[in-house]
Amino acid sequence: MNLNLLSWIVFLPVIGLIVIALIPRPGQKTVRSIALAAAMASFILSIAVFVMFDRSESAIGQMQFVEKISWIPAINSFYYLGVDGLSLPLVILMTFLGVISVLVSWKIQLNPKQYFIWILLLESSILGVFCSLDLILFFLFWELELIPMFFLISIWGSGRKEYAAYKYLIYTLVGSAFMLAGILCVYFITHTFDMTALAGIQIASSFIPLTALFFLLIVGFAIKLPVFPLHTWLPDAHTNAPTAASVILAGALLKMGGYGMIRLCVSMLPQVAVQYAPFMLTLAVIGVIYGAAVTIRQTDLKRLIAYSSVSHMGYVLLGIFALDQVSLVGASLQMFSHGVITGLLFAMVGLVYDKTHTRDLNNLSGLARQMPIIVVVFSIAGLASLGLPGTAGFAAEFITFAGSFASTVVAGMPVFTLIAVLGIVVTSGYILWMLQRVFYGYPLDKYNGVGDADAVEMISTFSFVAVIMMVGIYPAVLTNVINMGIAPIAKLIGM
Amino acid sequence: MILDQIKYIAPELSLLCFALIIIITDLFISNKRALAVIAVVGTLVAAFFVLMLWNGQAVEAFYRTIAIDQFGLFFKLLILAATALVILASNVYVAKFERFQGEFYALLMLSAVGLMLLVSAINLITIFVALELSSISLYVLVSFLKDKKSSEAGLKYLILGSVASAILLYGMALVFGMTGNTCLTCIADYVKGMPVSNLPGTPALLVGLVLVVAGFCFKIASVPFQMWVPDVYEGAPTPITAYLSVASKAAGFAVIARILLTAFGMPDWLHNDWAMIIAVLAAVTMTVGNVTALLQTNIKRMLGYSSIAQAGYLMVGLAAMGMGSQLDGNVRSGLLFFLLSYTLTNLGAFIAIIAISNKINSDEINDYTGMGKRAPLLAVALTICMVSLTGLPPTAGLIAKIYIFSGAVDQGLLWLVIIAVINSCISAYYYFKVVKVMWMGEPASTDKVTSSWPEWLAIALCCVPVVVIGVLPGAFIALAQSASALFGI
Repeated sequence: MNLNLLSWIVFLPVIGLIVIALIPRPGQKTVRSIALAAAMASFILSIAVFVMFDRSESAIGQMQFVEKISWIPAINSFYYLGVDGLSLPLVILMTFLGVISVLVSWKIQLNPKQYFIWILLLESSILGVFCSLDLILFFLFWELELIPMFFLISIWGSGRKEYAAYKYLIYTLVGSAFMLAGILCVYFITHTFDMTALAGIQIASSFIPLTALFFLLIVGFAIKLPVFPLHTWLPDAHTNAPTAASVILAGALLKMGGYGMIRLCVSMLPQVAVQYAPFMLTLAVIGVIYGAAVTIRQTDLKRLIAYSSVSHMGYVLLGIFALDQVSLVGASLQMFSHGVITGLLFAMVGLVYDKTHTRDLNNLSGLARQMPIIVVVFSIAGLASLGLPGTAGFAAEFITFAGSFASTVVAGMPVFTLIAVLGIVVTSGYILWMLQRVFYGYPLDKYNGVGDADAVEMISTFSFVAVIMMVGIYPAVLTNVINMGIAPIAKLIGM
Repeated sequence: MILDQIKYIAPELSLLCFALIIIITDLFISNKRALAVIAVVGTLVAAFFVLMLWNGQAVEAFYRTIAIDQFGLFFKLLILAATALVILASNVYVAKFERFQGEFYALLMLSAVGLMLLVSAINLITIFVALELSSISLYVLVSFLKDKKSSEAGLKYLILGSVASAILLYGMALVFGMTGNTCLTCIADYVKGMPVSNLPGTPALLVGLVLVVAGFCFKIASVPFQMWVPDVYEGAPTPITAYLSVASKAAGFAVIARILLTAFGMPDWLHNDWAMIIAVLAAVTMTVGNVTALLQTNIKRMLGYSSIAQAGYLMVGLAAMGMGSQLDGNVRSGLLFFLLSYTLTNLGAFIAIIAISNKINSDEINDYTGMGKRAPLLAVALTICMVSLTGLPPTAGLIAKIYIFSGAVDQGLLWLVIIAVINSCISAYYYFKVVKVMWMGEPASTDKVTSSWPEWLAIALCCVPVVVIGVLPGAFIALAQSASALFGI
């Protein structure tokens, strides 16, 4: 039985965008319904894959729903899709955010046809990154994501949108340029682009030092994640991007970095990863603390959340380079939960901005009176972000820290972990302070007329809350799956 | 019998006949559009003859002066395609030439004849004659607008081109003097056994080799012979700029590859030497091209510098071919596949520019503001081409870069590949500048920019394959591999 489910998941948005493109002068309603239908179909199929995913003992470390056909025979490259425990949660995350991003753009007025074409293309390319098991295919999707993001930021963004779009473009291109050189080296050494075959392969080469190869590959991922000091594109891109693009950017796009690190750098070059773990961990800790410290001082709501992402992605990096099975599971779960939590935060900021037309903390106050529903959801998102037990944030951070603290692979892990944990304290500080300033101060008269969330907005935000709660209360629903992908990778490190 | 061999140059002969027919017909008819039809038919007939030869035995005809092999035929098809597309795209533009439309088409085709002979020539004298045939037609075509800029461009091209020809001829004379032969395979026989210890005794041969390469560097616009490019590209009629940037460059690369690999492909120390020179030139060329392109405000000048940069990427493929004595399929066909994708992409970009500037009468990038609203489809086409030139998916540009760079890494040129990928990042800035102004600014006027159907056809014939190659490159790579099989010894 081969339904090519993954191909459908990846390319349904593309089909949607082709339909949209072919309709001459469609109305805004037609366009958004088609976009929603395509994103929804992709989401439902990904849930089906999640349900049908083989969780038995024998399937550990196996790619499932595999599709493999020859693509570029000359360089031995295949159209090769598959998911394992590592990628499946991220695929679901993206399809979920795909639906949400259509919903949060429900009222878009400026050129909706083009807008939804780019959103759908963005969704497809990110899904492609998570599903491809061939390095060239992976790289192709990785680069493809740039174009829709460039347009989304520069046309539908605000503020210094062109500057932000360019910064994003150049940063990402530089990273992927090195990655391409790295990928070609890997091919020259091993003569395969097959990512499953490359995991655990003993790469030995006189052609290029393995350390150099490791850093060629990791620069692109480090920019994407982002790792301090390569993070400076992120606040600009986030602040100036339209809401849906911010949701996808924070929710799924950053995860391409963490995913790539685990999938390529750690599984292909475990020895080098162990060797350079202290260096990466130092960057992780700096990212956590520095990101959090900078966040406190932000007065633009979106910029604030953007910097908090830098801090939270530090936990992911910490979990990855603690190189312990538990910490890697924690890092993967943190990617998922940060995706939904920060996705929700950006959606909420978008809502507040839609209603009040400002994101400046100094101009906002006492909104709790005017928009009670938004306040509740925003607060839940904030609390999840600071890691309140019962939310996805707590589950992920706890597993990450527990795993990192106990890791024996890298020396000095407890020290790194303890410093990083301080980040949580600062996080509580800026989240609570932000909530207090926006919602609980003096109510301002000028916001008396503003409305609360409407039906569409409630659907999108409540579904976020449901996911956050579900993962928070019963994280095993994801960790069981993630573990199946992580276990074989963790075994490589022990070797 | 020499007459039996006529069939081997049937494509060139037929194209020549059609060029003459056009000149004669031009005297009698007033509807000049018919001339374009004859010209297109001429290229199709020639292409048909090329395809007839495709599966035949590789031969060396006319006393070993012309080789009929898939390598040459591949380039002939490329040149014919470029010629046909340029003719289609000139459909509206030729109105600027008033009564000289017939000559325009005829000269274009004569230049194509020259280039087609050039890519299959295997004798230094034939190479030189073919080169001059194409160049002299091009000198005239560049100054065809007869305004100040065009005349200046034509004169510059003539003077610098003549200097390059002189250098080339001098180099050829030295090579002939040292080896006693003008046929490439005979030179190869002489050079093959030469030990490295003979090097001090044969400096003249090496000087000759360097001068020959230098002469062709003019043609492919490599540093340090790239100075003519921006002025000539800006001043020449845009269809001719398009033609120069693809057909003439492709033929230049074909003949350099043929001379270097056939005549100087052995012994090892020799090909390693010239490969290293080409590699260094490639690095400098792409960097100079990209960095200078950043500052351009005129789109034709910008594409001029961009074509210098692209020549740099192409030279990466050439250097890779020289680096090893065993050439596997990927290394030897990288250059051809890149040229295929570059030709389609660059032509697509130029044709879109021709269509747009026919209406707005400007080549300034700022005047393209809001083109996404005034001419959405043209803007889409130009965007696809810019994305492909940058080397982003889903276009031929990315696959071509991956492919040509993978060959270079294979041959140990990792340092060059790293320079090249960084250059790609730089190039994103100016290619996306065009994209940015088209989609983001508000248009200066709300007039729609419309185009004629031949222009549409030409654009579709470029942009559709660009995307198709970007998604399913397998068959095209196989084509390039089979066309480069002769270097696979």
